[in-house]
Order: sequence, then structure tokens, then C-alpha cells
Amino acid sequence: MMIWILAALVGMGALAWGFRFAGQQVTGQKPVFRDMPFGVAYGYVLAGFAACCLVWAYYQGHSSDPLVANKFFFLRIGIEGFIIFAIAAWLFRLAGRNVGTAWTKKLFRAMPLTAAFGILIILIYAVLAIFAGALAPYGQEQIIPGVAANITPGGDPALGGNPDFPLGTDQIGRDILSRLIYGAQNTVGIAFATTLLAFFLGGAFGFLAATFGGWLDQILSRMVDVLMAIPSLIFALLLMTIASVWAPRLGVPLTVFMVVIIAVIDSTRVFRLSRAVGQNIVVMDYIEAAKLRGEGLGYLIFREILPNATAPLLAEFGLRFCFVFLTIAALSFLGVGIQPPLADWGTMVRDLSSFVNYAQFAPMAATAPLLAAGAIALLTVAVNFVVDWMLHKSSGLKE
Amino acid sequence: MTETLLKMRGVQIEGRSDETWNPIINGVDLTLARGEVLGLIGESGAGKSTLGLAAMGYTRDGVRVSGGSVEFDGIDLLAASAAVKRDLLGKRIAYVAQSAAASFNPAHRLIDQHVEGPTQHNVMSRAESEADGIELYRKLRLPNPDEIGFRYPHQVSGGQLQRAMTAMAMSCRPDLIVFDEPTTALDVTTQIEVLSAIRDIVEQFGTAAIYITHDLAVVAQMADRIKVLLRGDEVETADTRTMLNAPQKEYTKSLWAVRSFERPAKPAIATGAVPAISIQNVDAAYGTTPVLHDVSFDMHAGRTVAVVGESGSGKSTTARCITGLLPPKSGQILLDGEPLPLNYKKRSKDQLRQVQMIYQMADTALNPRMSIGKIIGRPVQFYLGLTGAEKRKRVDQLLEQIELDPAEYYNRLPSELSGGQKQRVGIARALAAEPKFIICDEVTSALDQLVAEGILRLLAKLQDELSLSYMFITHDLATVRAIADEVVVMKDGRVVEQGAKHDMFKPPHHPYTDLLLSSVPEMDPDWLSNLLEQRGVDNIGDAAVDKM
Repeated sequence: MMIWILAALVGMGALAWGFRFAGQQVTGQKPVFRDMPFGVAYGYVLAGFAACCLVWAYYQGHSSDPLVANKFFFLRIGIEGFIIFAIAAWLFRLAGRNVGTAWTKKLFRAMPLTAAFGILIILIYAVLAIFAGALAPYGQEQIIPGVAANITPGGDPALGGNPDFPLGTDQIGRDILSRLIYGAQNTVGIAFATTLLAFFLGGAFGFLAATFGGWLDQILSRMVDVLMAIPSLIFALLLMTIASVWAPRLGVPLTVFMVVIIAVIDSTRVFRLSRAVGQNIVVMDYIEAAKLRGEGLGYLIFREILPNATAPLLAEFGLRFCFVFLTIAALSFLGVGIQPPLADWGTMVRDLSSFVNYAQFAPMAATAPLLAAGAIALLTVAVNFVVDWMLHKSSGLKE
Repeated sequence: MTETLLKMRGVQIEGRSDETWNPIINGVDLTLARGEVLGLIGESGAGKSTLGLAAMGYTRDGVRVSGGSVEFDGIDLLAASAAVKRDLLGKRIAYVAQSAAASFNPAHRLIDQHVEGPTQHNVMSRAESEADGIELYRKLRLPNPDEIGFRYPHQVSGGQLQRAMTAMAMSCRPDLIVFDEPTTALDVTTQIEVLSAIRDIVEQFGTAAIYITHDLAVVAQMADRIKVLLRGDEVETADTRTMLNAPQKEYTKSLWAVRSFERPAKPAIATGAVPAISIQNVDAAYGTTPVLHDVSFDMHAGRTVAVVGESGSGKSTTARCITGLLPPKSGQILLDGEPLPLNYKKRSKDQLRQVQMIYQMADTALNPRMSIGKIIGRPVQFYLGLTGAEKRKRVDQLLEQIELDPAEYYNRLPSELSGGQKQRVGIARALAAEPKFIICDEVTSALDQLVAEGILRLLAKLQDELSLSYMFITHDLATVRAIADEVVVMKDGRVVEQGAKHDMFKPPHHPYTDLLLSSVPEMDPDWLSNLLEQRGVDNIGDAAVDKM
């Protein structure tokens, strides 16, 4: 085995040399090939080899032998999804370039494909979340009478599906498609509210610490250090357990407790960032000029510091949103987050997780828990693409 | 001497911004003989550095050579492969950057960085190269040449670093060195040492050099020939002496004329007049480190007091004491004869309004996210309580006063302005408060000479109109000559000499004032040689200061 790997590596090395040499001869010593280091040529060959492997695996996924096809099922879905999303994003950007005001046209013209993809996904999620009631074919807690539980996604009766339930049903016979759509409303809405609250808390205290300095900074920073020293998921779990006792007594929904608890824990990270960013801005001459003018603290923070800190805070917002999202999903998975019968992606992954075991011989059945997980992953990626693009724009970086 | 070393023909360079390629250099020719020093001058944005780098066959990221040829000793640098260039650069062509502090790797000792070139290019062994480095340090008159190489970059001063960098460029005995503004960031007294060291070593080894600078007086000392650039075009090229005595083109003449700006002397201050700001016996310290010792001087309405001294002499600290950012340990500051609270937080709005400040770096002094209208409008609203149309009218008025068109500039962001325009906005912001007294902290030192002259003229005009009192902090004596009425010389946190300007520029001086005055480069190509002769070669700069 080792011999074969070694031989392949050496063979590719020879190929790389040949590739560079051929390039030099064909293009007549163009600088690209002439000054190409061997490592780069090797990289090209390696990438080409990997691409060939992918293409081979993709065709295996279409094999008529179900045993072979099942092995490459998820890879096939992944490649097809990638291509479909890329085309959709491209079409979306094309539409944006030709429809709308002059300003949006200009915006779309300079937009990378990744950002277009991110915006498209976020828009779709937003529409799903807002119009969940109208779009979902069934209710989120509706157990449809006369319908079997655990219908396989895909709607193919031969594989145990049902065309009326394209994404199948869960363990007590609820429609997974409807629950996914409602899940967007619950999970995304709560995550957004939590992130906003975390930013409000962390940002306000962070800038205050940066502007004031001295003892206030010390007290706030040490408190944050203590909070950060406790593993956040375990801390959240502990507080949620306490809250689940308090919630019925106080008559406040547990969800409110969850939002506040996650926001406070996450605001420590925001505090650290906004304090560090704020400290860099506070030493600028224009802040000194404003101080010498006799400006108050509110003006300093909101008019002078905040506009200059938006870029890093925005980047952090995208990241934080994803983390909050995952924390909620994790808490729901552990059973203390969003409570049943409300649909939540984290809970859905947990409830159906045992189906993953069927992945090798019945890949369609295994997708049941992966649908919710995929929804989480897709949004996370989309948000990060958009944030990256905004950062790039606001920093004025050129390629 | 007549053998051509570098030949650039019709070089065109473009830079990428806003998705298109914009020309930076539009076809410049340059010829350099072996052992010749060519001075390249022009304002910032003229393409001096870009052309200097192109002479090495190198362009920065986002910049490309779109036409012409660069031929170094028969080798076409633009067509040469990376391997060929790698062999040339560092060995036969070397580069000395503007900021040595930013160009040395702070994690390695000077000598370790020095030997890198020769050992990489197999010119010398490491031991030979180290010995040679020490020899070069000695030739460049660095203190303790045997030991200085074993220090880290942060352990030596800026002027010494610049010389160490020159030594590094010399390590392979290149045929060509490109100096990119090597003394711009240095004090006048340090500049002399670096200039003389560079000149000697270039002469000694017969190295050809391209010397890039915006300071005419400096280039006059260094170059055999001078080439003037303006926005990517060559204006003219001539012998240094010809160029200085008989410039042909209008633009060159205007560059030469900058130094002639000087305000007429004002009548003596009436005895008994109350100064606008009076500093009395101020002592100040950062923590427990004393910085100012018994500083006292007065500043009167309608007059300019220039405070001069090297960096670290306490000029800016004095300004911080006046503004109240650094409350003095003892002494007091009077505004119109009334004592000001020492801490700015305890001052009333009106007291704060009377003392305004213009900063050295307009880039950091203006909030990059606020429009010009908002920046100037804020003090108008804050101090004078004007809002809406009245505020807009006042801001427009202020913009006109600083010679910017209100309709065009009101909504712009600072990043859409040039350096000189930004500095003007800084002035307008100070004026908006309608103050009595303005501190100008090195306001022209980051600007080109022509632009700086414009700012000085504007400040002078405003002073005459509004009877303002200026405290003008600077280390540039040409600026002092242009704008000051009185001069205060500071050194190590003490006032060493003060008086009216015309008295200060006449002997006898305090020895330190003398050193400062004689270190200001003049437009005479023999100035440096004469000065060094006068002082004695071993007695320049550091040594001279220490002996006082």
C-alpha cells in the first residue's frame, strides 16, 4: 500500500515537471510558466487529480448497482447541490444586475458569487420564516391521522416514501417539511433576537470600558473574565435547568430565559472585541479633539466611536449569530432549549438522529435527521459569506 | 564614469483602482551612468517611488509596467525571469526604504539581517560578512561599530537605524542603490549625519544611486543631476548646479520659490498688554518621569510663537499642558490673565472654546466616518448653538475661509480629500469655535512643500483677519522663518532661549540653537561640505550635542 502511495506521489511529481515544461514550450516562455516554482506545478497536478477523483465518484453515484450507488449517494447530492446553488446564485446576481434601482444594480455588479449565494439563502429563509403559516402544508404540531410515522424522505414508494410527504414524516407522524419551515421561524427568530441582545449588552459595556478606562474597565473586564472562565455550554445548561424551575413559577416563557441567558454568555465575547476596538479608536486625535471640545460620553460613544467600529462588529455579528444558532440547537438537542411541540431544528436532529445508522444501505432514510442539520449549515455558511463581503467592502480592500 | 549602468526608456506604469487601470507614470526616460547620483524630486503622488522601484524591475501589488524598457547593465529587467532578478536584487541593486524602523525585522539583530544578503548570494562567508559589516558601520560613523550590530532594531535610534540600513544595502557592494526618502522621518540634526554618511560611502565605493526625496535642499547636497517629476511626467532634468541656479520650467521655479515666503515683522508688543495665553513656571511629568521643567512664556493676540526643538524636547507636552490633557504638577496657565483650571474636565465650555488645536496628522484628526459638513458643523452647533440653515450658512462661510468650495466639499468624507485639504478642514474645525488661541502641532510636517506653503499662507491670512494667537510647534526652521513672530527653543523639557524672531536668527546663539540653525539644509550644493568642514568631521550631530 505504502509503495503505491509513494509511487503515485513520485509519478505526480514527474507529471508536474512535464506539465510545467509543456506549458513553457507551448506558450513560448510566458512568465506564468517560466517563473512557476515546482511546488505550484505540483499543486496544479494534485488539484487536477483530485478533480478527476471527484468526477469518477460522481459517476459511481449514478451506478445501476444500488450497493455502489448508495456508497456515493451523499457525495453525489453534495456535488449536485453545489452546482445547483452556484447556478441559482449566478441567476440571482444576473437578475439583480438588470432589475431594480441604479443603486442596487451597482451593488450587484460588484458582488462576488459567494455573496450573491449568501443573500439568496438569507432571503429564502426570511420568506420561509415570515410566511411559515401560509407556506407549510401542515401545522408544526399536527399529527396527521391515518399517516404512518417515519415515512422515508424522497417520496418514492419503492423506498418507503409517500409522494404526499416529500420530506417524509417523523417518529410520531408529523410532516417534516412543515416542521422545517416552522423551525426557520422559531430557531432563526430566537437566534436573531439573542444575538442583537448580546451585541447591545457587550457593545455598550465594551465601549464604556474603553472610553472610561481605570477602575470601571477593571471591574467590567474581570467580571467578563470570570464568566468566560466557565465553559459556556455547561454554564448555559446549568442556568437553563434553574430557569426551567423558575419559569412556570414566574409565568414567564422558558424561551425568554433562554434568550437572556445565551445573550449574557455571548455578550462577554462581544465585550472583549468592542473594548479592544474601542481602545484603538479612543487614542485617535479626533477623539481627543472631541474630548477637548467638552463632548459628553454619549456623543463620544455613539457618534465618534461606534461608526468607526462597525466593520469589525459586523464581522463578529455574523460569526456570533452562527454560534448562538448552534448553541440554541445544542441546548434543544440536550432537551432544555426550545420546548416541544414547537418545531426546532436542533430538536429535530436529536429526535431522528438514530436514522443516521442506515446511511450505508438506505441513504434516503438517513437524510431525515440531516435535513435539519443541513438547514443549519446552509444558513451558517450564507451568513458568513455575506459578512465577509460586507467586511471587504467597508475595509476598502482591493483584490 | 560615462559607462551607462541603467537605461529606462518610455516607462509607463499603471495602478489598479476602482476596477480600472489608471496611469501613474506616463513614459519617463532615465539614464544613469556608473557612479552617478540622480536626485528624483516631486510632490507626493508624482510617482517618484514607483519609478524608483521600477528601476529595480519591481512593482508593488496592484501596479504593473505597461510599456517601455528598463535595462540594467545590458540586462532587460522587465523581461528577466524571477531567477535572474533574484540574483540581481540585493547583490547588484539595493534599496533603502524611507522608514528603517518599519523595514527592519524587529525579531532579529542588525548584524543577522546584514549578513543575510552576502551569504544568500554567496558573496562572502558569514564571518567575512560580519567583519565587513562592522567595517561598514565604522565607515558610516555609527557609535560603537563593534557592538552596535548585536543590538535589536528597537535598541538603536532612528538615525542610526537608517545608517545601518545603508550599510546593509552596501553589504554586497551593489552597482546601484535606490534611496527612497531616507531622511524624511528624521530630525534636522540627525539628518545631517545620515546625509554625510550616505554621501561618503557612495563616493567611496563609486556606487550609482537614485535618491528620491521631496526636499530640494537635501537633494542639492546629494545629487549630481536632478530630475523633477509632476504627476507621472518628467518636468525637466539638469545638472544640480544648473537646475538650482537656472530652472527652466514654471513648475520647477515655483518649487524653488516656496522657501521665500516670509511675513513682515510686526511692531513690538505694547508693554503691559495682557497675553492671550501665559504659561508660568510649569512643571509636568508622565507618571514619575519628569518631562517639563519650569517652562514659562507668553503668547499675545495676533502673534505667532514658534516652539522649536528636536523630538522629545517637550514641545508637544507643553501643548498638552495648555489644553489640560496633562495637568501640570505645578505652575499655572492664564487665559487673558485669568487662571485656567489645570484639568480640561474642570474647564467651562467657554474656556474650552477659547483654546483650539490643529493636529499634525490630519488623517487621524478627522473622524473618517463623518462628512466635512458634520465635522465643521459640530463645534458650530456645540459652542454657538446654531442649528439648521444658520449652521449650514456658518459652515459654508468657514469652508470659504479655508478656500474650499462649500457646494462641492460639504458632503464629502475625509478620505475623498487630499492631505492639504484635510489639514484645511482641521483648521476650519478649530476656527468654528471662534477661539482666541490655536495650537498648531507640526501642522505642515506631513505635507509637501508647495501644499505646506499654502497652509502657512492661509494661517497667516486668518491671523490677520481674526487677530488669532498661534502656538506653532515645529522642528522645521524654514517654517519658523516663514511664519513666526517670536521663537521659543526647547531642549530636554526646558526653554533654552526665547525672543523675537529676527533676534533669534542673528548671532550670538545659545550653542543648541546654533546647532539647530546650522543643521537646516540650504539650497547650496556646497552647503553640506562647508558645514562638515566647519564642524570637523568627527564632531557632527550626536557628538556636538553631547559636548554642550
